[in-house]
Amino acid sequence: MIRQFTQSEFLFILASARWTLLLTVMSMLLGGLLGFLVALARTSRLAPLRALAAGWIGVIQGVPVLMLLFLSYYGLALAGFDLPPLIAATVSMALYASGFLGEIWRGSIQAVPWQQWEASSALAFSRPQQYRYVILPQAMRIAIPPTVGFLVQLVKNTSIVSIIGVVELARAGNLVNNATFQPFKVFGTVAAIYFVICWPISLLARRLEGRLHARRAG
Amino acid sequence: MGFQFQFQPVFARMDALLDGLWLTLQLAGIGILCGALLGILLAMLRGLGGRATRILVDAYVELVRNTPFLVQLLIIFFGMPSIGIRLSAEQAALSAIILNLGAYATEIVRAGIESVHRSQIEAGLSLAMTRWQVFRHVVLAPALARVWPALSSQFVLMMLSTSVCSFISVQELSAQAANVESETFRSFEVYITVTLIYLALAILLRLLLAGLGAVLFPAGSGLGRLRGQVGR
Repeated sequence: MIRQFTQSEFLFILASARWTLLLTVMSMLLGGLLGFLVALARTSRLAPLRALAAGWIGVIQGVPVLMLLFLSYYGLALAGFDLPPLIAATVSMALYASGFLGEIWRGSIQAVPWQQWEASSALAFSRPQQYRYVILPQAMRIAIPPTVGFLVQLVKNTSIVSIIGVVELARAGNLVNNATFQPFKVFGTVAAIYFVICWPISLLARRLEGRLHARRAG
Repeated sequence: MGFQFQFQPVFARMDALLDGLWLTLQLAGIGILCGALLGILLAMLRGLGGRATRILVDAYVELVRNTPFLVQLLIIFFGMPSIGIRLSAEQAALSAIILNLGAYATEIVRAGIESVHRSQIEAGLSLAMTRWQVFRHVVLAPALARVWPALSSQFVLMMLSTSVCSFISVQELSAQAANVESETFRSFEVYITVTLIYLALAILLRLLLAGLGAVLFPAGSGLGRLRGQVGR
């Protein structure tokens, strides 16, 4: 039987957006934590740490998100964990985020003028103190616009986890399309919901960037 | 954890993976070429055209950039037949790749064009260059040189995103990986192998694009960026 694309189908798709959002928030937190460590390692004084972080960033940015997903999915199973797909999805998205956020935040840390390092070390700040009180507060301001911009990429890429059966937006669209055969309406709706989530974030990122440049110039 | 890695069954099906790799290369190659041209064309149109053109181009760019590539692919693959346009999975995939990359390229090239200072254009015109010559040599070439690194990263991301085309059963590298997996049941080994192939591809493409940048834009080329920056 072919179902119609009615309000209940629409609500089903809309409700599945909560998994997209949850997945985004969880992988942003987890990936942010990991990405922060990557950024610190990438700007470390120890060459091996720097190389390790550079390698990590190069690998994550050089492989498809889909492969990260499969490797997390089957890798966790191999390691003996019997976990719901949502966990593997979160892990893969967090790995993905760590590679990109690590690189964004490395740039932000290095964008802080080197005199700030010199001045703070002249004041006998220890390395952690330099980070805590001098460098990171300034790096954070530089990092916010591109980080918000990356959030859009993350939301969009969560669509890929639909392949391991997490019923988020894209998967919900697929299910409804299989029942109704109205691809334009169904995927149009899905696209519209993604757009409603992503566009405000894009605009915010652009505004923050404009403000940062204005303040720098002023 | 008595798991033994077994790569032999995977290597035995290397022919399938190579078939997939070939299709991935074709999708990425044609997609990047056409997507880049579309981007340059639209950025030009946006700069030269009137208000309506600008609004249309901006709408296209924003729509594409704020929705997932997967959903765009599904709309084209499942949606086009319902308005009478029959596309094979490969054609749908290629259209989606070009449309997607086109939007990002438009945005990147636009930023490059806008970074060219007015005085440069006035200088060009005062040297009796035609408007087209000014656009070609004074605006477009430096703009492209300036945004070449950004374009290159976008090309690499697009190449990696071709893996998503396996969702509509295009038999590229990821789809072939899934085939080999279902034949051999060596899931992890298959995907590690394929991941390394993608990684090698990404590295090669980056080198190629950096080299191309150095040839196309000898001054201020992307070559310097290739070296990367070492942390302080």
